[in-house]
Amino acid sequence: MPEAMPGSMPHESHEAHQSQPSQQPVLQLEQLTRVHGSGATEVHALRGVDLSVFPGELVAVMGPSGSGKSTLLTIAGGLDSPTSGRVVVEGTDITTVGRKELAALRRRSIGYVFQDYNLIPALTAAENVALPRELDGVSARKARVTAVAALEEMGLGQLADRFPDEMSGGQQQRVAIARALVGDRRLVLADEPTGALDSETGESVLALLRARCDAGAAGILVTHEPRFAAWADRVVFLRDGSVVDETLRSQADSLLSGQAAAQ
Amino acid sequence: MSIRHGLLALLEHGPRYGSQLRTEFESRTGATWPLNVGQVYTTLGRLERDGMVVQDGEDDAGHALYAITDAGRGELRSWFGRPVDRASPPRDELAIKLAMAVGAPGVDIRAVIQAQRHATLRAMQDYTRLKAQALVAVEGADGEKGRDDVAWLLVLEQLIFQTEAEARWLDHSESRLARLSAAAARRAGNATPAATPGPADSRGPAATDVTGAPAARTTTDHGTARTPSSARSARR
Repeated sequence: MPEAMPGSMPHESHEAHQSQPSQQPVLQLEQLTRVHGSGATEVHALRGVDLSVFPGELVAVMGPSGSGKSTLLTIAGGLDSPTSGRVVVEGTDITTVGRKELAALRRRSIGYVFQDYNLIPALTAAENVALPRELDGVSARKARVTAVAALEEMGLGQLADRFPDEMSGGQQQRVAIARALVGDRRLVLADEPTGALDSETGESVLALLRARCDAGAAGILVTHEPRFAAWADRVVFLRDGSVVDETLRSQADSLLSGQAAAQ
Repeated sequence: MSIRHGLLALLEHGPRYGSQLRTEFESRTGATWPLNVGQVYTTLGRLERDGMVVQDGEDDAGHALYAITDAGRGELRSWFGRPVDRASPPRDELAIKLAMAVGAPGVDIRAVIQAQRHATLRAMQDYTRLKAQALVAVEGADGEKGRDDVAWLLVLEQLIFQTEAEARWLDHSESRLARLSAAAARRAGNATPAATPGPADSRGPAATDVTGAPAARTTTDHGTARTPSSARSARR
């Protein structure tokens, strides 16, 4: 293939969704280690991982199975504790806060998206999205209004009163993204969110995740699919619990503007 | 790449001059395969010689116009109807590089793979960003602009599929090499304590060299079989 530099292509747009490094990261992992077991059966799942995610940024984490991707995600979300290191979410080190405060912080700041959607089957889409707000003490009516608004903003308004089994996998996953980011939450941790979807549907889920990050959320996407990782601003490669490589931010924008200036 | 057929396809929409063909070719394909005007005129010259196009007067600005002939239309129809020739796959530098890296002295094939994966993912990120923009463009445009946008989207998606295939192949090659070197280490480990003569002894180290993975050597020294990941951990 001849050199197909995206920079030389027309149809460009200068729309940029740069994160501002001057901003506080939404999530900051510092020298994170996690050891499972001890002695002869000791497994080092993470070995000193540093990672920051800024508002507006989607970071993909790739690596072979057993490389520590899922451990990283569960620790980032406060579902598991690191053996050492810091996990700072919106300025708070969640490894040092009490159990109750951690639960509240998880509800208020962190959203999850799982491979199997994890919507509650007995609740409608709007009720599923409203649930974290309600658990946080917001009145049911108010939570519902917020939930419906969140669904509408993501083009999912027509799903509000449907139950999970009345929706396709792709629709459920989009609702799960809405739930992850309802209210003030702006950190979404997605573990193989496209794993159960066909590639077209998977792509539309990724497009929604991308759009939410463009709108200011911060996301981590664990995936083994390069095509989905390519939607991210940065791709981090994990191996044996260490970051072995990281693609820099995609430079498509700067390439294009550089090209435009040269023409 | 068939510039010939690309030009014939554009000329089917009506007579055009050289630099106009170049512009239209590039807006269809997003300038992924840039043409220079020289190539366009050389190709037009050959097409004219072969009776596929004829010169057809000038436009108001004095540009020489070319028009497709019936023979050219026939050739174009047959091109669309014919699958692309796969008889001789194009030379692929990456495949050649990995083939040469196997057992190459002083080359860490895993580092070669990782460096390429990095670059491949970067290219995919760029293409994907452009694709997201192209999708928006396709929804908004119609007519000639719409045709160009759709064509450009298809080309971009082809580039994404191609880079994806490359990334998958790199992942696959990496795990293939890890498995081979683990198997070689196991064989060497089994062979040494049993003092199997000649062939097995030489097979162990030879297999280690083939994959070029130092992990296999480590395990050979210890005479134990390890999984690739624990062998890697042991190196750290």
